[in-house]
Amino acid sequence: MSIEVEEKISKLTEVQKRGNGLRTEHMVLNMGPQHPSTHGVLRLELELEGEIIKKVIPHIGYLHRCFEKHAEAMTYPQVVPYTDRMDYLGAMYNEFGYAVAVEKLLGIQVPERVDYIRVIMGELQRIASHLVALGTYGLDIGAFTPFLYCFRDREKILNLFEITCGARLLYNYIWVGGLSHDIHPDFVRLTKEFVTYFKPNIKELNDLLTNNKIFIDRTANVGVLPKETAINYGISGPNLRASGFKWDIRKDDTYSVYNKFDFDIPVGQGLMGTVGDCWDRYYLRVQEMEQSLRIIEQAIDQIPEGDVSSAIPKRIKPPVGQVYSRVENPRGELGYFIISNGGTSPFRVKVKGPSFVNLGIMDELSRGHMVADIIAILGSIDIVLGEVDR
Amino acid sequence: MTYDFFYKLFGSQVIAAIIQSLLPLFVFILPFALFAVWLERKVSAHMQDRLGPMRVGWHGWLQTVADILKLIQKEDIIATANDKPLFNLAPVLVFVGTYAAFAAIPFTSAFIGSNLDLGVFFIVAVSGFVVAGILMAGWASNNKYSLLGAMRSAAQIISYEIPTVMVIITIVMITGTLNLNTLSQLQTGHFWNWMIFGGPVFGVSKFLMIPFMIISFGIIYISTLAEVNRTPFDIPEAESELVSGYHTEYSGMKFAMFFLAEYANMFAVSAIVTALFFGGYQSPIGYIGHLLGLPWLVPIEQLFWFTAKGLFFVFVQMWLRWTLPRLRVDQLMTACWKYLIPIAFADLIIIGLITLI
Amino acid sequence: MKTAQDIFNILKEKFGNSVLELVSTQPVEPFITVNPLVVNKICLFLRDNEELLFDNLMNLSGVDDANGKTVKAEDGTSKVEGATLSVYYHIESTSLKHKVVLKVSAPVEKPDVESVALIWRHADWHEREAYDLIGLNFLNHPDLRRILMPYDWEFGHPLRKDYKDPEFYLGMKVPY
Repeated sequence: MSIEVEEKISKLTEVQKRGNGLRTEHMVLNMGPQHPSTHGVLRLELELEGEIIKKVIPHIGYLHRCFEKHAEAMTYPQVVPYTDRMDYLGAMYNEFGYAVAVEKLLGIQVPERVDYIRVIMGELQRIASHLVALGTYGLDIGAFTPFLYCFRDREKILNLFEITCGARLLYNYIWVGGLSHDIHPDFVRLTKEFVTYFKPNIKELNDLLTNNKIFIDRTANVGVLPKETAINYGISGPNLRASGFKWDIRKDDTYSVYNKFDFDIPVGQGLMGTVGDCWDRYYLRVQEMEQSLRIIEQAIDQIPEGDVSSAIPKRIKPPVGQVYSRVENPRGELGYFIISNGGTSPFRVKVKGPSFVNLGIMDELSRGHMVADIIAILGSIDIVLGEVDR
Repeated sequence: MTYDFFYKLFGSQVIAAIIQSLLPLFVFILPFALFAVWLERKVSAHMQDRLGPMRVGWHGWLQTVADILKLIQKEDIIATANDKPLFNLAPVLVFVGTYAAFAAIPFTSAFIGSNLDLGVFFIVAVSGFVVAGILMAGWASNNKYSLLGAMRSAAQIISYEIPTVMVIITIVMITGTLNLNTLSQLQTGHFWNWMIFGGPVFGVSKFLMIPFMIISFGIIYISTLAEVNRTPFDIPEAESELVSGYHTEYSGMKFAMFFLAEYANMFAVSAIVTALFFGGYQSPIGYIGHLLGLPWLVPIEQLFWFTAKGLFFVFVQMWLRWTLPRLRVDQLMTACWKYLIPIAFADLIIIGLITLI
Repeated sequence: MKTAQDIFNILKEKFGNSVLELVSTQPVEPFITVNPLVVNKICLFLRDNEELLFDNLMNLSGVDDANGKTVKAEDGTSKVEGATLSVYYHIESTSLKHKVVLKVSAPVEKPDVESVALIWRHADWHEREAYDLIGLNFLNHPDLRRILMPYDWEFGHPLRKDYKDPEFYLGMKVPY
């Protein structure tokens, strides 16, 4: 071999060397922004060697609606409807988090009835959100039918929200210092009916999807997320717990009246594979729905009498200061960082959205897997693009 | 028989042959495809706790007709970067491969498109067209998703032909014929004469054979599922990963041809399974025509039984599709090469030994 | 479990002048102001010190303080001076269950802050967001690109208080 050729070969990249000097290159596949499985307008730039993923670069921002800039132009109560539109599958919880943050800044206490109703609404929302997550996850893996079963049950929850505040997706129900309406007279009865109706359906879902051999083959040992990596990446919510770390803000940094209820925090155990794989993340959501039902069952019987809107301040004008307040939303830690300069509108609102943070781990989880696995991983992280882009 | 009839009627071999070859298309494949698409929607809907199409006609039975009308009117989109000749040829080739398979399928004792002595072999061979067509579609689309889908599809269909052929060899070894019509005639009488129950021979070997024949049937049914790209093996068109695989870029009538071919193929493989294992067009319980002394009724009954058995297997395919998730590419290949082929091979040897007894 | 005062004392002892002050007069949370160019060293210390173990960065927010003062020059033109951009770090320890807030401020003309993206990988996207929307420049960040705005957005950083919409973007009229 002449020196020239040797020089040329030594200049080749590692990939090219593997092809014995033949010029090979990775294929770049753009997944999205219009793709059935990216759960919204997300673009993933995949670098592939055959079907093996070498690198994932998420490109976000297609749904950026400048929530933070809007919030600076609104008064404190006017921000509430905007929070709905971030994580549109967990809208109730976004309002909850915002209300808790502003109340902390104002230093006010809401009546206990308000807190109980908020918790019930929040847990119902958690079940509804998890149902979408589980259903669409089945869809991603190729099982169509569980998706519709999940939506059938979610519909019942949306009906409960509808009789409460008239809206089915974006509620504008939890206000700073109170609620927009009191609950409907039938609400307690209907919620109890829903709980008894829904319990057997979890078993049905397990029979249909959770314990299906093909489903386990597709998800167990795929996208394993170790505990330390998860914490370092700031992963929160079900994804963190599935990695075997018992961390739930409802218990570890409690807010509202969550300390009055008895519920467990499920953690991933690696029943079908490794701790922190896709199956664990999936199954953890199933377990969380059961725990949410427990909370609802306890709370629905104890709702105290009282008024829900009397404590709403007429004019919200917090003192100069700042607060970071976080709640456990269906997807993880939803934090609001609010700076007040003493005016009627916030000086700065920064949202730490769990989906935004959780999406950051995509590259780490996907390397070395196949194209089909990236769907399984993305689905198991359960992102809502409305919140990623805000 | 029908060929002779048309030959007598028109006095020309050419016209008779054309009519003979178009008969399954218009009498059977097109109505079947329309019906199967409607059935798929209804089956999926009822499995998913909903109603499915209800507006167009009684329980939406005209929905697929309306869809075809819509597809015909749609713009035929060809992107500038497509390889036009291949792009236009691909759907035709896929459909031809499927359609040609129907030539050797015995619908009744009175109608078989071409009574080939190499019937089964012919069907396996012309299915190869489908692979070529799919690869052409994937390549000519100039779309990475299509290409990935086409590559997966080619690998999958070719791999799964091996267990299919092994099971076919098993049957051929017992019966000594490749002619599907002869095969069906062999299984005459009642349902215990079907190949799945050991064939028409009586004796110890028949009972020894039953478990192995059931295994063979399982293998060929799974492999044919993979060959027609149905769930859990619908990896080439996995809509959640590859959008829709090799036919992502197609629209209008060309897309409809892929669609038609898929449903026609579903019936074709069901028909092969029926002919090999479930007595073909033979009735399981005897014929009313014989009872009443009306010989012309028998072929009609046979057509009914053949369609009924075929449709049942099509229904099972749909049932599986709406129940199971989808495998991954490597798992699919594992299932074929590590499980199905060795089992099929062992099955072949054991049945060979049994036939020697 | 340590209070902000304890942590401030530990940091003051270790880093001296780089740790500026503890602000605890405002509601609701006290914060420690530090030097933007050593914040990475302080954060690494906070994460790895056995008494502190701040393993979780809860949030990282960039803020435009809008605290500039308009100064009239002799020739009649006025310009803004002394404006700063800030970054707030909300850090907690999941094992010891204590929290602390750090704040760094950099002048708006040269908003350089040391990146903590390699200490907590979580900070990666938050810093990109702060760069994108506020215009903070994170030194030694592995991949400092715009994240929410288009990559070719050249009309500044929208969350600045003095941000003005451009007339046109790629030929499209922006204000509607």
